[in-house]
Amino acid sequence: MKVLVTVKEVTDVADDFEIEGLAIPETYLEYDLNEWDDYAVEAAVRIAEDREDDVEVVAVTVGPERSEETIRMALAKGVDRAVRVWDDALADADLLDPTTTARLLAAVAEREDPDLVLSGVQAADDGFGATGVALADLLDMGWAAVVNDFDLDAGEGEAAVRRELEGGVEELTTVSLPAVLTIQTGINEPRYASLRGIRQAQRKELTVHSLADLGLDPAVVDDDLTLSGMAKPESESAATLFEGSAGETAAELETVLRDAGVGAE
Amino acid sequence: MSDVLAVADHRRGELRSVSYELLTAGRELADAMDGELHAAVVGGDVERFADRLDCEGVDAVHTVAEGEEFNHDVTAAAVTALADAIDPDAVVMPNSVNGLDYAPAVATRLSVPLATDAVALDYDDDLTVTREMYGSKVETTVEVTDEPVALTIREGEWAAADGVGDAAVEPFAVDVDESSIRSTVRGFEEVGAGDVDIGEAEFIVSAGRGIEEEENLELIEELAAALDATVAASRPIVDNGWLPKNRQVGQSGKVVTPTVYLAIGISGAVQHVAGMKGADTIIAINTDPDAPIFDIADYGVVGDLFEVVPELIERFE
Repeated sequence: MKVLVTVKEVTDVADDFEIEGLAIPETYLEYDLNEWDDYAVEAAVRIAEDREDDVEVVAVTVGPERSEETIRMALAKGVDRAVRVWDDALADADLLDPTTTARLLAAVAEREDPDLVLSGVQAADDGFGATGVALADLLDMGWAAVVNDFDLDAGEGEAAVRRELEGGVEELTTVSLPAVLTIQTGINEPRYASLRGIRQAQRKELTVHSLADLGLDPAVVDDDLTLSGMAKPESESAATLFEGSAGETAAELETVLRDAGVGAE
Repeated sequence: MSDVLAVADHRRGELRSVSYELLTAGRELADAMDGELHAAVVGGDVERFADRLDCEGVDAVHTVAEGEEFNHDVTAAAVTALADAIDPDAVVMPNSVNGLDYAPAVATRLSVPLATDAVALDYDDDLTVTREMYGSKVETTVEVTDEPVALTIREGEWAAADGVGDAAVEPFAVDVDESSIRSTVRGFEEVGAGDVDIGEAEFIVSAGRGIEEEENLELIEELAAALDATVAASRPIVDNGWLPKNRQVGQSGKVVTPTVYLAIGISGAVQHVAGMKGADTIIAINTDPDAPIFDIADYGVVGDLFEVVPELIERFE
């Protein structure tokens, strides 16, 4: 059995960041494995650990060379090998349509021919929340979005999944395999990489493919979404902010709370 | 003609409120594009739904009577077929959990660009979509340089359409190939109320990522005890397993409407705010002055919760 897990190195911005034109300067950026993907990696590795048969877990990412540091973390957590897609054409693109990202991942998935694909629900930076389902459709696979529990029945060729809907309601659904499941945070407890895992990760295979390697025309990344503006949202705060020492602000809060009826016997 | 197709969202026999917001967003876009607004509903009690969706400004309602509950395979097939038939310049779908379960497939099947989670739409020759990045720390505009386009809109950003229209209700037959149905909905479960229903609480003390460690939950519990309040939390605390799911406030958790909501170390992501904005008085303690929680708070302290909370406990003990 083969499990493909899609991962992304995401950027986060530091407090007090600035925007210059259509970008945030490097000094304000922090890089990390996308939180949702961390849960997807954990789910994939647990499948390999729990099953009797051989399971290969392959991570696929679209990202520049610096993202290898993050991809190695997935390898250190138990992913067997990784594929990284990158190209000069991608370095020039400011924003990728999620269906474009899905096309790149699909080209890798077609070669890998996995039985199951796990993706994070969304990326913490651009937050499209659409790549996994687009990938499934391009691969002509089944899918389920926003999964917070699943049970594989490979014999029956299906997965029983629990989808987290709004308002504390969960949907129980059966999906036929192969399928893409988009994984919600909280589905498991992602492990920390062990020192041994980090050492082993350095020796694991990490293959880089250009668009040409995948048989894709570089024009594929020249899609119809273009970033045209970037700004900090204007604060709509009408809050009364209390300043001073912890003691002083606590005293102000006490007044507000007592006025609202807190502490009345 | 540059028409707009807006696809309603329903669950367990009821249209979800975003359906009416989709009609407003769709009507605005259709006006800007000089086209008609087509609404569509797939599955469920389509006749009753069509009657509700016939709001002012809706030109036609298309009904696809396939199944009772939402099924993404059916919906993706139906919306794609409808788009082929109507040839709209924009297909507007909800950015709900179910919307994101079929909208990407509609975009890939139609080979059109996809912009999700729109909070504003402007059309002036080209469509410009406003959406957020990095949680809600950055607002971006994205130009869509080709039409048609597939869009999903964030819930709660547009006013609900109302009034009564005179739309033609048109049943639309879709030939759904059995072999293309790869998922079956078996049922629904409500997250258990457990020991406490935070939806009924009068005073809530709610903890977020800012408490950093599970041990620090004790501090929150101490404060709640001193204030005679109920403990709740934002998503990361529940994801970490520090509190059970029935304590989660937000889009996927509970909607709460207490007299006082004291948010401690909560940044105020849109999913969280959706669950607590109805509180009478919102008080926030957070180290980041730019945290979106201060946009909705009535009172706030920009400061270290580990310093302020112990002082506050002392004052109520």
